Amino acid sequence: MKITKNLNGTELTVALEGELDTLTAPELENALKEGLSDLTAITFDFAGLDYISSAGLRVLLMTYRGMHYGGTVKVINANEIVREVFEVTGFTDIIPVE
Amino acid sequence: MKELKLKARVENIPQVTEFIDAQLEALDCPMKAQMQIDVAIDELFGNIAQYAYGGAEGEATVLFDFDAAERMASVTFVDGGAPFNPLAQDDPDVTLSAEERVAGGLGIYLVKKTMDGVEYRRENDENRLTIHKRI
Repeated sequence: MKITKNLNGTELTVALEGELDTLTAPELENALKEGLSDLTAITFDFAGLDYISSAGLRVLLMTYRGMHYGGTVKVINANEIVREVFEVTGFTDIIPVE
Repeated sequence: MKELKLKARVENIPQVTEFIDAQLEALDCPMKAQMQIDVAIDELFGNIAQYAYGGAEGEATVLFDFDAAERMASVTFVDGGAPFNPLAQDDPDVTLSAEERVAGGLGIYLVKKTMDGVEYRRENDENRLTIHKRI
C-alpha cells in the first residue's frame, strides 16, 4: 500500500493506494501515530484504494479517537466496495464518506 | 475442488487471495464480487492466523469449489485450532458512536453481510468455515 500525506496548516490529507487490510493497516497506523491531536481535520482520499477490511476500519477509528474527537475526519473518492464496507458496518455515521 | 495448504500466518494472506482470485478470474467473476471475497479472505484467514493456534504456528487449508448451475463460488477455511464458531458471536452494535465502539466482531459481521451464505462446522477436530458467493 502506498501512503501519501499532505499537511496544509492543521489539515491533513492522506491518500492511499492499494488495499487497506490486515497486513497493511499497521503501516497506516504507524504513519498516523504522531501529531494527531494538533490536527483539526483529516481527509482520507481513497481514489486509489481497491478495498478495505475491518483491520483498516479499526485504524480509522483509532485515528478519529487520537484527535480526541476534536477534529473532523472524512473519506473522499471511495469506490463502491469501500463505500459498502462503511455502510454495512455503520461507519458512515462516524466517518462520513463523501 | 481446488486446495491450498499453507502455514496460518498473516504474511500468507496475499497467497490465499492470489489463489482464490485466479479461480474467480477463470470464471469471469465480476470485480465487485471478487473484491468482496478478497475482503472476506482477509477477515477469515487473518482470524485463523492471529487466533486459531494461540500464538503457536499451525497449518490451514483453503478449498475452492464452484457450482456452475448456480454460479455459486464457495471458499472453505480449515484449521486445526481450538473449536471456534465465529457465527455464534452476537453481531456488533453498528449504531454505536465512535466513543462506544469496540473492535471485536466487525470482520465476521462484514462477511455475513456481503456473502450469500456462511456456514461453520466442527469436523475431525477441525474448524471449517465456508463462505458462498454467487458470481
